[in-house]
Amino acid sequence: MVEFTLWDILRNLALALRWTVALSLIAFIGGGLVGGALLCLRLALGRKTGRLIATYVGLFQGTPLLMQLFLAYFGLALLGIEVSAWTAAALALTLYTSAYLVEIWRGCVEAVPRGQWEAARSLAMSFGEQLRHVILPQAMRLAIAPTVGFLVQVIKGTALASVIGFVELTKAGGMIANASFQPFLVFGCVALFYFALCFPVSLIAQHLERKPHGRAA
Amino acid sequence: MAALPDITDSQTPAVPRVPIVRITALRKSYGDNEVLKGIDLDVMRGEVIALIGKSGSGKSTLLRCINGLEQFQDGSLTVAGKPLLHESAMAMRALRQQVGMIFQSFNLFPHLSVGRNVMLAPTLVKQRTAKEAAEQARALLARVGLAEKFDAMPDQLSGGQQQRVAIARALAMEPQVLLCDEITSALDPELVGEVLRVVESLADEGMTLLMVTHEMNFARKVADRVIFMHQGRVHEMGAPAEIFGSPRTAELRQFLKSLDD
Amino acid sequence: MIEFDFSAVLAEWPLLLRGLAWTVGLTLVAVPLGLLIATLGAWARACGPAALRRAVGVYVELLRNTPFIVQLFFVFFGLPSLGVKLSPVTASMIAMTLNLGAYGTEILRAGIQAAPRGQWEAAQSLALGPVQVFTRVILPPAFKRVWPAMTSQIVIVMLGSAVCGQISTEELSYAANLIHSRNFRAFEATFVALAIYLALTLVLRRFLLWAGPKWFFGGAPRG
Repeated sequence: MVEFTLWDILRNLALALRWTVALSLIAFIGGGLVGGALLCLRLALGRKTGRLIATYVGLFQGTPLLMQLFLAYFGLALLGIEVSAWTAAALALTLYTSAYLVEIWRGCVEAVPRGQWEAARSLAMSFGEQLRHVILPQAMRLAIAPTVGFLVQVIKGTALASVIGFVELTKAGGMIANASFQPFLVFGCVALFYFALCFPVSLIAQHLERKPHGRAA
Repeated sequence: MAALPDITDSQTPAVPRVPIVRITALRKSYGDNEVLKGIDLDVMRGEVIALIGKSGSGKSTLLRCINGLEQFQDGSLTVAGKPLLHESAMAMRALRQQVGMIFQSFNLFPHLSVGRNVMLAPTLVKQRTAKEAAEQARALLARVGLAEKFDAMPDQLSGGQQQRVAIARALAMEPQVLLCDEITSALDPELVGEVLRVVESLADEGMTLLMVTHEMNFARKVADRVIFMHQGRVHEMGAPAEIFGSPRTAELRQFLKSLDD
Repeated sequence: MIEFDFSAVLAEWPLLLRGLAWTVGLTLVAVPLGLLIATLGAWARACGPAALRRAVGVYVELLRNTPFIVQLFFVFFGLPSLGVKLSPVTASMIAMTLNLGAYGTEILRAGIQAAPRGQWEAAQSLALGPVQVFTRVILPPAFKRVWPAMTSQIVIVMLGSAVCGQISTEELSYAANLIHSRNFRAFEATFVALAIYLALTLVLRRFLLWAGPKWFFGGAPRG
């Protein structure tokens, strides 16, 4: 039996942590881009697109992330694509993030008071000009705190990639726990690593929430 | 009171005075609820009109129809000779360059400084350069008594100051008509005067004004015509002296009485 | 051309039903217990002594900043090292309950702190005891204020139960995995399970919309 010191455990977990961070960033940035594109579509095209996007959001918010990961994994395999757990996880998490972000951002746009739209319209600005110069600057200020807060959800979501075989922090923890027969210690360390990643981000988001919202009335 | 140009001297041919806003048989409903039941109104250039009435009488709705913030279902509305076309975004933009609006809740853009609030629309819509727009903004802010606030942010200003900035912002588009929707109702009493003084000066310079207002003394002093609206119709219309001095209908009498309570 | 065979999956409907029943069962246990913990935790955070506030704060932040699957593994694989051996079902229920308790504490705390000062004062002026003030005057409006957020969180916990299949709890995702291990229709099985979860989400939301006013904050009768 191989002896595992605490240092061995921590070192191996830290190596796997890189993959957690990488997957989180890819999903967050990718999801942000897709979500942003969806938001633009929704703003530009009106009601019917809005309903389609609401359905899209509903699908991701009404089903377990784990099952979404499975679907991506098995679905891509069906298409004959040689799919690694990494690809499936990145795809599923990106789409998951895009759904939640477009919903958060939509809420922020709607939180801008109607009077702002009316004032801009009364000054003969076109819809695009209203959006670009008056509404979006205010919506973005409102969006910073919840968007940062959602990053925490993404980081936690990467843990499920372990189930489809991607070796990130949780999977590494499982393997080390089995090999070392110290599940309490190992999973405790895994939890602390996630905490070390997520808690600072949570604090930043809470701090941003409390700052006066960029002078929006 | 605005002085109307005298155009009937013998040298120039008589030009018929066309109303700058012509409203004919206007009807508007929200779903099943009809809020404007056939409005007929001609507004002459340079006129100051005060719209009074109970809440729910349709006065704000009528005002908002004139610059297209509300759509009407029946009748016609013509501004500066051009009929209102809701479907055409370009026509609506052109309309809103002729008709400006000041809101009860000011609606200044909180993320822009006072100066930039005033400059934004001329820069985008009238394609002014930043330099020209800034000069114009400074001049307008001076006109409303806020020259030194060019770089201040809206949340640093009092309500009365914010409303004056809103007036400057609307004037920057050089409209022919200004719509004022209860512009002093959200102000503390001691701040009302500074705003009304600005409006009065606009009236003296010949601006066409349509004001929904509860400030009866102001209406009495400055308006050329007072229109009393009741349940979606023009109930009584006339010079301030008539309306306030000798109300003809029971509804108007009751309304005026309720103001004293 | 991809050929789908949903019938092979739908033929296994007894397994799916069983999985669904387990999912619902887990949720039905975790939610009341979780809300109880949330109430106690929210009280502690809003009104308790500083040491208690901090202790509950640690619990809340630990569970909100770690993935549910790690919490589950810790309870199921980790606790036996301390001599506490748990069945998959028990471990799942504990993990789900504690998870909802942590999020619920924060959500409800915000609702309690949003109560106008005057409510506390009026209740105390009527000589109500502290427990009565809290449970009769402060808590119901607090629940009402945060019910949409609490509903969302309950749905999240229900969906999170899918993870419990990883420790062999026989809920819906486990059933789906079992089915496609037999008939190799992995995509179809997952798809069907997803559809069932979606339906379950809609039903659960509806139910909570009704149950909230009925059981937690007695809405004023309309009309």
